[in-house]
Amino acid sequence: MSLRIQEPRAPKSADAATPVDGLVPVAVPAPASGVRAFLQARGSSSMADSTFRWVMLLCALSIFAIVGLIAVELVVHSQLTLARFGLKFFVGSAWDPVNSNFGALPFVYGTLVSSAVALVIAVPLAVGVAVFLTEMCPKALRGGLSFLTELLAAIPSVVYGLWGIFVLVPLLRGYIDPVLIKVLGWTGLFVRPDFGIGMFAAGVILAIMILPIISSLTREVMTAVPHTQREAVLALGATRWEMIRMGVLRNARIGIVGSIILGLGRALGETMAVAMVIGSSPTISKSLLAPASTMASVIANEFAEAADDTYRSALIEIGLALFIVTIIVNMLARLLVWAVTRGAPARVN
Amino acid sequence: MATQFQSSTANRRWRWFTNHAATWLAVGSTVLVVAPLVAIFMDLVYKGASSLNWNFFTKLPVPPGESGGGMANAIIGSIVVLALASLMGIPVGIAGGIYLSEFGRGTKLSTVVRFTADILNGVPSIVMGIAIYGLIVAPTKTFSAFAGGVVLGIMMVPTVARTTEEMMLMVPHSIREAALGLGVPNWRSVLSITLRTAMPGVITGCMLAFARVAGETAPLLFTALGNDFWSTSLNQPIEALPLQIYTYALGPYDEWHRLAWAGSLVLIVLIVVSVSLVRYVTTRGVLKGAN
Repeated sequence: MSLRIQEPRAPKSADAATPVDGLVPVAVPAPASGVRAFLQARGSSSMADSTFRWVMLLCALSIFAIVGLIAVELVVHSQLTLARFGLKFFVGSAWDPVNSNFGALPFVYGTLVSSAVALVIAVPLAVGVAVFLTEMCPKALRGGLSFLTELLAAIPSVVYGLWGIFVLVPLLRGYIDPVLIKVLGWTGLFVRPDFGIGMFAAGVILAIMILPIISSLTREVMTAVPHTQREAVLALGATRWEMIRMGVLRNARIGIVGSIILGLGRALGETMAVAMVIGSSPTISKSLLAPASTMASVIANEFAEAADDTYRSALIEIGLALFIVTIIVNMLARLLVWAVTRGAPARVN
Repeated sequence: MATQFQSSTANRRWRWFTNHAATWLAVGSTVLVVAPLVAIFMDLVYKGASSLNWNFFTKLPVPPGESGGGMANAIIGSIVVLALASLMGIPVGIAGGIYLSEFGRGTKLSTVVRFTADILNGVPSIVMGIAIYGLIVAPTKTFSAFAGGVVLGIMMVPTVARTTEEMMLMVPHSIREAALGLGVPNWRSVLSITLRTAMPGVITGCMLAFARVAGETAPLLFTALGNDFWSTSLNQPIEALPLQIYTYALGPYDEWHRLAWAGSLVLIVLIVVSVSLVRYVTTRGVLKGAN
């Protein structure tokens, strides 16, 4: 340490004398810097380098380990029901913990329907927002609006649930559901009794939650469409909408599908907000206003109370199914989005 | 001629109409999307701020029916669990990111790791919760703060690794070459030159991951469980802010609901601050200046 402090001072004090004299004491005893001192203090670096490399590799591989660990844990702890019910588990609709009879169909149905409702609401809106932000929005607004939609993605699920219970559900029950019952009652999807909580409320909350994901990815894909495409269509005399439809959306469609699937992946696994507004009932009913349950929400609501091993094993098996499904859905989505955005920069030039 | 002219006018009208309709639809959907966000924030600020007081930060929960309770134990519990998670998740994540950007660039392995990290990001948190339940809670036969920390730590790894990688890729090669040219060993160059340069970005990435797990409730349900009393022990069930919000939101008492709103506000402020910071760093380009 003392050497390092002395070293830079030496030339200063030597300024008065001739510069050549000043250099001599500096060059001989003192290492030039901390780095050099360090270099001289240690031996060969190859050991340290390869150790470092291996440690980093190990940490990178830990990501595989985590996925493997989750899979193994889920399979091991759901052995009981896997062996007992087999694949019938997913087609049986009886959920009777008292008699140890388990069928997950109502939850599979609930997950699929609530996600479908969410997609039906969210996709047109998300694409609309993306179109507005990339093609129409004044530059001054763009930053703020995209920041707002990103904020939506950062709100915790439980806060959405809280808002859902105290704001959204009363709003649906009081104003929106009656209209839907009147207009769409003939489809059988919107019939009384209406408690506010139920499948539709869950779908709406899910839609709000997956909107930012879909719209920000769609925006990314649309920005990746080269400007020449837009210019070519405009040069043919197209209106702005025709330009967007033919020049942008058509080119970006695979990526948009990818982002929708990614949103679906999130909707399938979303837990807290759904568990709080869906009403938790292991039944299948045609009406969207009836209480229901999803795969994730049943785990959240019942796992802590599941006293006997079969019950717990059944819930873990639902988790396993959810794990496999979300992995497949996410893989598909990532591959689609990657396929589009990866080649993008090359095409722009 | 005349018919053609007619149809062309109709056509032009139609095109004019669709163009404007599409514009208004896009504007309308943007408004529809922004509306719930504004509503959520207004409700949070309005309902949360009115019930936020000193008791909230200093008092324990009181039995239902009494007022003046707080969430002090939940705040401490969240801090304990999140600290544990960061201790586990951030070093592993950063190291993984370093591998991806410095050693595995362009290799098949790193592509697969990157892909798996993205997939892992999409795995529902409740699934991770039951996996860790099986791994830690079931064998030890007790819910614990430690198990909660492990779940959240695992959830941080992919996010931290991916942002670290992205930030380190932005560091210009000349800086690495300069370090190596001085004879600095590679590991030292990576740690104190490349990582150091990318630090602002890496830190914001960590904060993003932190903000994400700070609001997680589902994985804590069967790991940390929740606790109405003071506890900082790692082997005991512990309360966390999102868990407490969940319990209070579903409870039947108005006082609980008020506290749930206040808790949400605190949580949101924490998250919004970190997200804004992330956005500031990534868009204003603390890193871009390095080029």
